[in-house]
Amino acid sequence: QIDYTGTEPSSPCNKCLNVSWDSTPPCTCTINFTLEHSFESNVFMYYGLSNFYQNHRRYVKSRDDSQLNGDNSSLLNPSKECEPYRTNEDKPIAPCGAIANSMFNDTLELYRIDNDTRTPIPLIKKGIAWWTDKNVKFRNPTGDGNNLTALFQGTTKPVNWPKPVYMLDSEPDNNGFINEDFIVWMRTAALPTFRKLYRLIERKNSFQPTLQAGKYSLDIAYNYPVHSFDGRKRMILSTISWMGGKNPFLGIAYITVGSICFFLGVVLLFIHHKYGNRNTSADIPN
Amino acid sequence: GLGLSQEHHGEQKSDVCDVTLLEAARRDKDPVLREFLRLLALCHTVMVEDRGDQLVYQAASPDEEALVWAARNLGYVFLARTQDSITIRELGRTRTYEVLAMLDFNSDRKRMSVLVRDPQGTIRLYTKGADTVILERLRSRGPTETLTERALDRFAEETLRTLCVASREVSEAEFRAWSRRHREAAVLLQDRAQELDRLYEEMEQNLQLLGATAIEDKLQDGVPETIQLLKLGNIKVWVLTGDKQETAMNIGYACRLLTDDMEILEEKEVSSCPTPPSSHSEILQAYWESNNNLSGPGDAPCSRRLSQQRPETLCHKRAVIISGDFLDKILHTGEVLKEKKGWPWRWLCCGRAEASQDQGGLVEKAFVDLATSCQAVICCRVTPKQKALMVQLVKKHKKAVTLAIGDGANDVNMIKTADIGVGISGLEGLQAVQCSDYALAQFSFLQRLLLVHGRWNYLRICKFLRYFFYKTFAGLLAQVWFAFHSGFTAQPLYEGWFLALYNIFYTAYPVLSVGLLEQDVSAKKSLEFPELYVVGQQDELFNYRVFGVTLLHGVGTSLISFYITLWAFEDHVGTKVVGDYESFSVTVALSALLSVLVEIVLDTQYWTVLSFLMVTASLLLFCLFSFLTQTVDAYRIAPAIFRFPDASWNALTDPFVLLVVLLSLVVNTLPSLTVHAVRAILGRATTQQKIHLKARRAPEAPVELRSHVPRGSFRRSSYAFSHQEGYAGLITRGDSLRARATQAS
Repeated sequence: QIDYTGTEPSSPCNKCLNVSWDSTPPCTCTINFTLEHSFESNVFMYYGLSNFYQNHRRYVKSRDDSQLNGDNSSLLNPSKECEPYRTNEDKPIAPCGAIANSMFNDTLELYRIDNDTRTPIPLIKKGIAWWTDKNVKFRNPTGDGNNLTALFQGTTKPVNWPKPVYMLDSEPDNNGFINEDFIVWMRTAALPTFRKLYRLIERKNSFQPTLQAGKYSLDIAYNYPVHSFDGRKRMILSTISWMGGKNPFLGIAYITVGSICFFLGVVLLFIHHKYGNRNTSADIPN
Repeated sequence: GLGLSQEHHGEQKSDVCDVTLLEAARRDKDPVLREFLRLLALCHTVMVEDRGDQLVYQAASPDEEALVWAARNLGYVFLARTQDSITIRELGRTRTYEVLAMLDFNSDRKRMSVLVRDPQGTIRLYTKGADTVILERLRSRGPTETLTERALDRFAEETLRTLCVASREVSEAEFRAWSRRHREAAVLLQDRAQELDRLYEEMEQNLQLLGATAIEDKLQDGVPETIQLLKLGNIKVWVLTGDKQETAMNIGYACRLLTDDMEILEEKEVSSCPTPPSSHSEILQAYWESNNNLSGPGDAPCSRRLSQQRPETLCHKRAVIISGDFLDKILHTGEVLKEKKGWPWRWLCCGRAEASQDQGGLVEKAFVDLATSCQAVICCRVTPKQKALMVQLVKKHKKAVTLAIGDGANDVNMIKTADIGVGISGLEGLQAVQCSDYALAQFSFLQRLLLVHGRWNYLRICKFLRYFFYKTFAGLLAQVWFAFHSGFTAQPLYEGWFLALYNIFYTAYPVLSVGLLEQDVSAKKSLEFPELYVVGQQDELFNYRVFGVTLLHGVGTSLISFYITLWAFEDHVGTKVVGDYESFSVTVALSALLSVLVEIVLDTQYWTVLSFLMVTASLLLFCLFSFLTQTVDAYRIAPAIFRFPDASWNALTDPFVLLVVLLSLVVNTLPSLTVHAVRAILGRATTQQKIHLKARRAPEAPVELRSHVPRGSFRRSSYAFSHQEGYAGLITRGDSLRARATQAS
């Protein structure tokens, strides 16, 4: 888990602290870190934000599900919920609304440093969204699927975005509304501190861990300003077991509750032995 | 052949007699028996009406009618009455007796006599009356008399009402002399009644005892038992009746409202300041004083007064019998005061001339306090309005729930006034039933209505309310907690569909089945332990404390479901779930719902198929509606309405979410499970406790009963239910006969 917000002056990302949404060229910084243990199975790469109220009522409502679902009329005439991110210069915004407008747009790249040579780690950007979202909830406007530019004709990009929605990715099945980064962002978090899946790192073969212990560096294209609301940004690498990621709370809670149950069981057994026989005869049968 | 006959008063007109008695009467061997039956057929004030083939008897008191019927069944049929003759058929022979005089009943004499001349010309006096008065006027005391007395005692034990009958032969000369004086006395202008009484007294001497009769008050089935049970259930039974005092008292005894070991305060004892002070002369005044001065502890007046006066009498062994006139005084005092007419009540004004404005209220209060401290209250001769006022009085001064039960049109006021009105559909028409909240066919069903169904319903409504509050708090307060984490922006935690369906489809059915079917103890046990009823009187199952506990429990459940999910989700991920809003919402909702359902499962004591189905149905409905509102197709049709496509499916197939749900469920259930377990083990449930008390107390009861038995005579002998005097007068004057004759023509 690496915090790259850069509030401390010593942080390499400190210089980027006050970037704006669309600074070009993007402010970049590099953070070096060391993995103590190697990651054996598939690794999930998350970005985490803090103090970001994605559950604010007006924020949550500020989207048009019909538009995102590929409805052509909604595309050109987005829902009023999207105000004030509904139109820009008399053109409808696609995708409209505050959620889309505030999409996380840092770019993270991971390198393994081995004897001063930087080997890029392949990051898989597909398969990070729910199947339902990718195939049902989010769909590009109907029409010629190969020419997204034409489909989004007549709309404009969200104010804070550097490029329009049909240029999010080069692959056609990951572009437009069905771009998975976009989908992940649009699945709003329940709590102000949250993490979202960014990339997958797949294990290539069974002889070699996914990420060996050693030195790594994280290259960040720092576009997303959080300093203004005292937010924090993090990058998290984690593996996942059958019951999800590392979760100390759940473990502690289970052990505690289990102990309490055991203790209560013993106490009740004791009470039962001491006082229980007294009124077995007086049980009220129905 | 001692001539002891026992009649069952009732509607049955067929022969109900003892066969041996019937045979003895048929044989006509025993002169005493013959005279006995003849007396029954002659000495009464019953009117007869010949309606074609059958004789219809009309009597002022049902006792008289019963006795005449008894004589008829044994072969002595009362056929007709004129102004001065009575015709009877004795075992087939019709004989007409000349009535020379009727010595009427009144409550001082407690007897009536008839002086007749039989067809042979012999004059005989036939007397029937209360045992005390008859026995002291007997010629001699032989074995017959002793035997009769023993029989009377036995009748009394069976709570029968007894009469003694006696007769004597009167010589022609004696009769003439007496008759002349009687005529003179009858036209006296002054002190006629006393003079007549004296004359009657003279005639009714040297009697020969013929036997005794015993009459059973045929109450509806199970009335005494019902009243007994109600009293055990801490229900005070007050009788408000239009009958006369004697009748009311007799009924009181018959239905065991009054018992022989009770101290009975009558009207004059309650309010007898002007008369020489009797032992209880100032009870009511004492009450009034203590209320007025507010001196001494609240319970003092009752115990103090009585312990001074009669240390051995316990407070709760008293009964009050008052009449309507007296009630009038109590009820109207307030109004009189308002009219500034001064203080009309002498007995209360002794030493208290200055009357404050609210004394009227205090008098009422004093009366109610006195009456409620008694075991039984009987108000006789009250009008329908007074019945209602009485109910109102109790409602006004006591924090009690009143139930009025009655069968007649004159009970309608009272039934309407009381908190609960019960009508008995009986002989007296349907007015009472039509105005009542509950209609019963018999008084004894009251015990089931109150002790079984009343108690169950109390239990049900309490559980229903308690659980309804709980489930609402538990389910929906999580929304409030969520506000703390969403910047107080009114973002709903739950999906709209869950919110809409939670109260109707997901949680309502189990609690409905509890509200309909819950029982803590069976009907049999409820009747066996009427003490259980007290729970309701003391508001034990739903009060502010229970509400508070329920509120806390609900808040606790919602906090646990919410915060366990929150801590598990905050900055953590599952296999699919990444702390997103939809999964979070589904998790909290499922935790709360399951906790609430498990709670009702723990809370249901009486499991039926329906309860089981309801719980299952709730879960199934949750699944069904979750599925329907979250299907992909629904989302495609209306994305703005069905906002959670596949959210539950995605979240609930994640083991991480299931673990979180399980954890909150266990934590939520643990406290109430512990409480239930401890209660079950320690038997701390109030009902069980009470049953224990009862079981422990039970062996003592017989001992106590036995100790009462030797206390004095408890024979109840009175002349019928008596009517006022004067019927005999009507008969001898012939007024009623003439009226009937004109009517007939």
